[in-house]
Amino acid sequence: MTSDYLLFMVLAIVAVASALSMLFSRNAVYSALFLIINFGTIAVFYLLLGSPFLAMAQITVYAGAIMVLFLFVIMLLGAEQLRKEQTLIWQQPVAIILGLILLMETGYIIYSLSIQEGILPSFNTFLSDYGSPTAIGTLLFNEYLLPFEITSVLLLVAMIGAIVLTKDQKR
Amino acid sequence: MPVISYFILSAILFTIGALGVLIRRNAIVIFMSVELMLNAANLAFVAFSRLYDTLSGQVFVFFVITVAAAEVAVGLALIVAIFRTKQSIDVDDMSSLKR
Repeated sequence: MTSDYLLFMVLAIVAVASALSMLFSRNAVYSALFLIINFGTIAVFYLLLGSPFLAMAQITVYAGAIMVLFLFVIMLLGAEQLRKEQTLIWQQPVAIILGLILLMETGYIIYSLSIQEGILPSFNTFLSDYGSPTAIGTLLFNEYLLPFEITSVLLLVAMIGAIVLTKDQKR
Repeated sequence: MPVISYFILSAILFTIGALGVLIRRNAIVIFMSVELMLNAANLAFVAFSRLYDTLSGQVFVFFVITVAAAEVAVGLALIVAIFRTKQSIDVDDMSSLKR
């Protein structure tokens, strides 16, 4: 139990620190690399929560495909250095205040939820096949078959859209 | 490990992502912050699905991941198209509809 707690705390600190470094680093390439670290820690959280399939999907799709696409575009545009001056001076403090308000609101909601339902329970014991690829696949192809098929259409539309948007106008 | 700590972590990550959208002026970094917010929501989904011992939350996260992949492809294509006309991806330069 204590080792579990220690692992969670270390990973949580790494996740928050990498997210903050993503936010404040001046170079977009560094931001992308910090975000990959963050996605990796979230994949480990998925493993701790008993969903190995989602952890692997997170690594391959997010940390792999999506972030490689980001790095490609950053390097293609050569726009990784950021402009220093701010045109709206009041915007940054206002954004920080609004962010703190959002954090306090979510904290209050979680707090009231834990009061309302007694203490939120700790995890139940694992079922043997909870979160396994077999269980998720069975659920996906029985209950969620229609959304799954619609997802394929969505990916096709996204592919065609990306090609059309980046096509050279003059032939 | 009480499940509430996962919700707190998810809230913190979501707030950092929202701050990134509000503070940063680089369109690509804003996009990355949106991805961070999606991931925070996914973490809450998985924690809730663990809490209530159901797999539906995990299936939903699977759909969110696919939609995020499609969204990133289209969004980055848009950024490339905007960069071609304006030679900049600073969102302050995108304030007019004309070229």
